[in-house]
Amino acid sequence: MLDIFRKRRMWRKTQELKDHYDVVIIGGGSHGLATAYYLARDHGVTDVCILEKSYIGSGAAGRNTTILRSNYKTPEGARFYDASVKLYEGLSAELNFNLLFSQEGHLTLAHTDRAMFVMTERAEVNRLQGIDSKVIGPDEVARLAPAMSLEPDAVHPVMGALYHPPGGIIRHDAVVWGLARGADRGGAEIHPYREVAGIERDNGRATGVTLADGRRIGAGHVVSATAGWSSTIAGMAGLELPITTHILQAMVTEPLKPLLDIVIVSSQMHVYISQTDRGEFLIGAEIEPWTTYRQQGTLNFIQEASRHTLELFPQLERARILRSWAGLCDISPDYSPILGETEVDGFSVSAGWGTYGFKAAPIVGRTMAELVATGKTPELIQPFALERFYRDRLVSELGAAAVSH
Amino acid sequence: MSYLLTCPNCGKREVTDFAYGGEVVPRPKSKPSERELNTYNYFRRNVAGVQREWWNHRSGCRAWFLAERDTTTNEVKWVGLPADRDSRDGEAGATAHGAQGPGAQGIGGAGSGGVTA
Repeated sequence: MLDIFRKRRMWRKTQELKDHYDVVIIGGGSHGLATAYYLARDHGVTDVCILEKSYIGSGAAGRNTTILRSNYKTPEGARFYDASVKLYEGLSAELNFNLLFSQEGHLTLAHTDRAMFVMTERAEVNRLQGIDSKVIGPDEVARLAPAMSLEPDAVHPVMGALYHPPGGIIRHDAVVWGLARGADRGGAEIHPYREVAGIERDNGRATGVTLADGRRIGAGHVVSATAGWSSTIAGMAGLELPITTHILQAMVTEPLKPLLDIVIVSSQMHVYISQTDRGEFLIGAEIEPWTTYRQQGTLNFIQEASRHTLELFPQLERARILRSWAGLCDISPDYSPILGETEVDGFSVSAGWGTYGFKAAPIVGRTMAELVATGKTPELIQPFALERFYRDRLVSELGAAAVSH
Repeated sequence: MSYLLTCPNCGKREVTDFAYGGEVVPRPKSKPSERELNTYNYFRRNVAGVQREWWNHRSGCRAWFLAERDTTTNEVKWVGLPADRDSRDGEAGATAHGAQGPGAQGIGGAGSGGVTA
């Protein structure tokens, strides 16, 4: 009983940095931590160091809207994200840490005939990959989301939806903490407040990193998992990426009584809505079109997202907005990730995550760990190699990724 | 509103008045290799710092113009019409757009700029 008063650490105190590690991971977010976790779990690689410029989970891992799903439009994407959702399903038990994963279902609304065609195509692609995903009509939408307005004379009337039962929401901070504890127990060292300022190369091979304080750390392999800052980190290795950095914003209302137990997405209205376990309505929208590294939100977002939310949920008219925030997204030209080796030996990237990186964290960790440990690119991520942009072999997820959380 | 941008023709406006055309990228040579062409189409410097970029005054005079903006603060350092570029390059050789050739005419990033569903 006294045990509950004892201050328990989730992971070890930060150790002294060594001069060399087998693997140095830049970025202490969900992807970096997952890579360290699976390196130890699947491959016994434990001489691993995670360098994070702020606190862990301070970037996109702590700013996303916590939605998981796998109903993508390309077979490559759907397969990949499906593997991720399946890993997430077992992750609470595996990490022995409750990640509060609610597979409450996910509805992508269609407001036009054209949108119904796209939903039908996605449902077919999904079903061929064995993913539970189907097109439903307004009656079933009303049954699944009875609080939502289905007025036929609305600006954007709901004609139907793509229904994806395994989709849902998960506690994003818990994912970060659970993976950090798992990585730590596996032997990896987590070093917050260590900013990387350079990547050392010798003969076209990455050999280590230099920190902002000038300190040098040697590495057998360097992995960048830095989302919005990927271009900057890759630039240190002499690489240019097909990425632009934009802000994506979200906001929550004050906590309300349970009203909505399914994720609602409308691409046409540029909004996605869920209700958290605390009762807050969590509302996200689209990225700003201009590039920026400044994580400051815009009033325009709050106005537009509020307006569209009220069209779907007029009963929220008097709900107050509790807070809003912005995070950085690394947008790739085809809305698919850039994952794996680069032309700099010993330097791999997990980048190009745009607005959908969080839902891929475990599968990125597992496949990147396999790549680093074995030197072979797993089949699942071969379509996502950086090289595809040199040869114009894009994997276009435009129809299922932009604004479609 | 998040920041202001000054149109060389119309003056100061909210950024929502404008369409973003992406960073200025050097044109490939006249017969580019596949890789050179794809680099031009897809790859970007995406600097955290001062960047020269294309803007269009969509809700105003509809002119395309150039701006130099610090992407870490969104502070706009300079705006000018394409014809002003040479004189700007003469006076501000130290600004961070060295990759840009004198003949750069690209209208921003194909597929990388304005993103909607």
